[in-house]
Amino acid sequence: MEKRATFGHWWIGIAFAIPQIILIFTFFYWPAGQAVYWSMTLQQPWGGGNIWVGLDNFRQILTDPLYWNSVVRSFVFALFSTLLAMGIGLVLAVFVDRELAGSKVYRVVMIWPYGIAAPALALAFRFMLAPEAGLLAFVNRLWPGLWDPGLDGTDAMIAVIVAFSWKYVGYNFVFFLSALQGIPKSLTEAAALDGAGWIRRLRDIQLPMLTPTVFFLLVIDITESFQDSFGIVDIMTSGGPARATELMVYKIYFDGFRGLDYSGAAAQSIILMILIVALTVLQFRFIERRVHYK
Amino acid sequence: MADISIRKVAKSYGKTSVVEALDLDIHSGEFIVVLGPSGCGKSTLLRMIAGLEEISAGDIAIDGTIVNRLEPRERGCAMVFQNYALYPHMSVADNMGYALKVAGVAKAERLARIGRVAETLGLTALLDRRPAQLSGGQRQRVAMGRAMIREPKVFLFDEPLSNLDAKLRVQMRIEIRKLHNRLSATSIFVTHDQVEAMTLADRIVVMNAGKVEQIGTPLEIWHRPASRFVAGFVGMPPMNLLEATVETDTRVRLADGTPIDTPPLALRPGTPVVIGIRAEDVRVGAAVNDPGLVLAVDFVEQLGAAALVHGRFGGHDFVVTAPAALAEGAPEGLALGIDPPALHLFDAATGRRLATVNDAAALARPAVLAPTA
Repeated sequence: MEKRATFGHWWIGIAFAIPQIILIFTFFYWPAGQAVYWSMTLQQPWGGGNIWVGLDNFRQILTDPLYWNSVVRSFVFALFSTLLAMGIGLVLAVFVDRELAGSKVYRVVMIWPYGIAAPALALAFRFMLAPEAGLLAFVNRLWPGLWDPGLDGTDAMIAVIVAFSWKYVGYNFVFFLSALQGIPKSLTEAAALDGAGWIRRLRDIQLPMLTPTVFFLLVIDITESFQDSFGIVDIMTSGGPARATELMVYKIYFDGFRGLDYSGAAAQSIILMILIVALTVLQFRFIERRVHYK
Repeated sequence: MADISIRKVAKSYGKTSVVEALDLDIHSGEFIVVLGPSGCGKSTLLRMIAGLEEISAGDIAIDGTIVNRLEPRERGCAMVFQNYALYPHMSVADNMGYALKVAGVAKAERLARIGRVAETLGLTALLDRRPAQLSGGQRQRVAMGRAMIREPKVFLFDEPLSNLDAKLRVQMRIEIRKLHNRLSATSIFVTHDQVEAMTLADRIVVMNAGKVEQIGTPLEIWHRPASRFVAGFVGMPPMNLLEATVETDTRVRLADGTPIDTPPLALRPGTPVVIGIRAEDVRVGAAVNDPGLVLAVDFVEQLGAAALVHGRFGGHDFVVTAPAALAEGAPEGLALGIDPPALHLFDAATGRRLATVNDAAALARPAVLAPTA
C-alpha cells in the first residue's frame, strides 16, 4: 500500500488514531469482552459477586428446546422479512427507474420509514393490524377469527415481518434505484433494439447487473433482521403468543432483564454474535463467487 | 434494404428545440453520413429513427410504413453505439446472439449464425470471452456483429469510431465501408469527423443547430458548400472566409481595401459578401517586390509533403498550403495568387451560397483532395 502521509515522530500518527481507538474500545471491544466473561460465570441478579462456571451456560442453552424455538423463529423471520423487503424495494425501484407517474414523490418519500424508530412504527402497526379495530378488522367481519395476531402465532409472525419489512423497503429501494440508474442507459437501449420488451430487459440485462447490490443488501437485511427486530417485537407482540414471535434478540432481553438470568443472556448474545459473523462469512464465501462484478 | 423518409420531423424538450422541421429522403441501400458539430441534433435524429427518442412533430417512414408510434424492436433497425453498449455479463457469442434468442431462434441455428458472423469479423477465437477481456477494436467488432446478425433493414451508427485510436479508426472505417458494399443495407452514420463523412458517405447531410445545412455527395459538399457554415466546417484546415464588399461585376474589395477579382456576379456595388477560398486553392510563391497580394506570415506548420502557412491577409487570419520547400526557413511573407474560379461567395447576412457562373463548371473541376471515388 502506498504511504500517504509521513509524520515527524512515531507517536503523532498514534495520537491521531487514539480518539477513534478509545471509542471503538469503549463501545465495542469492552462490552463484547464483558459479555464473553459473563457468559462463563453465574452472575447474581442483584450484583455482588459471581461464580466461574466455564461453558455450563452454553450447555444449558443449547439443550433448551425453548432456545432452539427462538433460533427457528429468527430464521423464519429473517428469510421472509428479507425476501419481502428486497422484493418490494426492487419492484418500486424499477417503477421509479422507468419514471412512471409519481416517481419523483416516491424517490423522497420512500426513505422516510427507515428514519422512524422501530418502537414508534411498531406501535403504528399494532393499531393498524389490531383484529378488532384495525385496517384488517373487515376480514374478521367476513371470516370471524381469521386474523388475530394476539391468539394465532402465525398471524403474529406475519405482523412483525410486515412491520419490519415496511421499514427496510425504503432502505433497499434507495440502493436498488441507485444501482439501476448506474447501469448505462445504452445497455437497455441496445437490448430494446435487439427486440427485448421491458420485462425481458429487466430479467436479462438489469437484474444480472444488480447482483452486487442484491448481495450487499442480503447481508445487511439478514444481519439487521437478527438485531433491529427487537423494538418491533417488544411493542407488537412481546414475543407472544406462546413464544411464537420470540426471536433470539428478544429472548436475550427477556431472559436477561425480565428473568434476571444475566449469565444465560450473555451466553445467548455470544451465540448470536457468532451466528451473524458466520452467516456473513458464509455469504461472502459462497454467494459472492456467483456475483458479476464488472 | 429499405428506404427511409423523414418529413418535417422536429424534436424539442419543453421550449428548447433540438431538431427543427427536418426533411430527408434516404434511398434503399444508401450510405448516409450525418455530419455536424456536437449538439447539432444529429444523434437525436438517429435516435428518433431508431425509436429510442419520441418525435415531437412530423413523420418517419421506413419502407413506406410510418413508424412514429412503433417500438424500437418493431422498426427493423440495428444500432452500433458510441460506447458499444455490450452486455458486460455475457460472452461475445451471447452478446451477438441475444437478438436471435429474444426472437426465439432455435439454439442450433443461432450458433450457426453467430459462427458465420464471427468469421466475417474475425471474432471466432474470441467467442467465449467477456467484453471486459477485449480490446477497443475487438469490442467495436462485436458491436458490429451484434448489429449484423439480425440482417436488419437499416443500420444506424452513432459515432462508432470516436472511441478508437487514430490508426484503428482508419482501419475500421475501411471495414465498415467494405461491409456496406457487401451487405448494401441502408446505413445512417452519425459523426463529427469530416474525414469519416467524406470517405464513407454516398451522401452527406450537414447539420447545424438542429437544421440541415446541406445534403449532397461528398464532392458536392466539397466543391459547392451551400452555406458559410458548411464551408467552414468541411475541410482541413477550414476554408478561409473573408468579409468583403462588392465593387464591380467582377471585383470585390476586402475590409482593408485589397481588391480581389471574382467570377461574374449579379450584385449591386456596395453589397456586403463573404468570400471563401480553401488553403490548397491559393497559389503561393516567394514574396517579390510586386505590389500584389501578400500574406504576412505568422508561423508555419510543417506536414512533410506540404506545409500550412498561417498569417494575416486582408485584415483576416489566413492559411495557405505551400510546398514544404517554400515554407522552409520561416519566410516573412508569401505572394498569393487567387484565381476567380476557386472562390466561393456567400451572402454576408444569411450565410447562404451566392450562385456564380462558376458553379455550373465547379463539379467538372478535378478534385483537390480526392475522397472515395
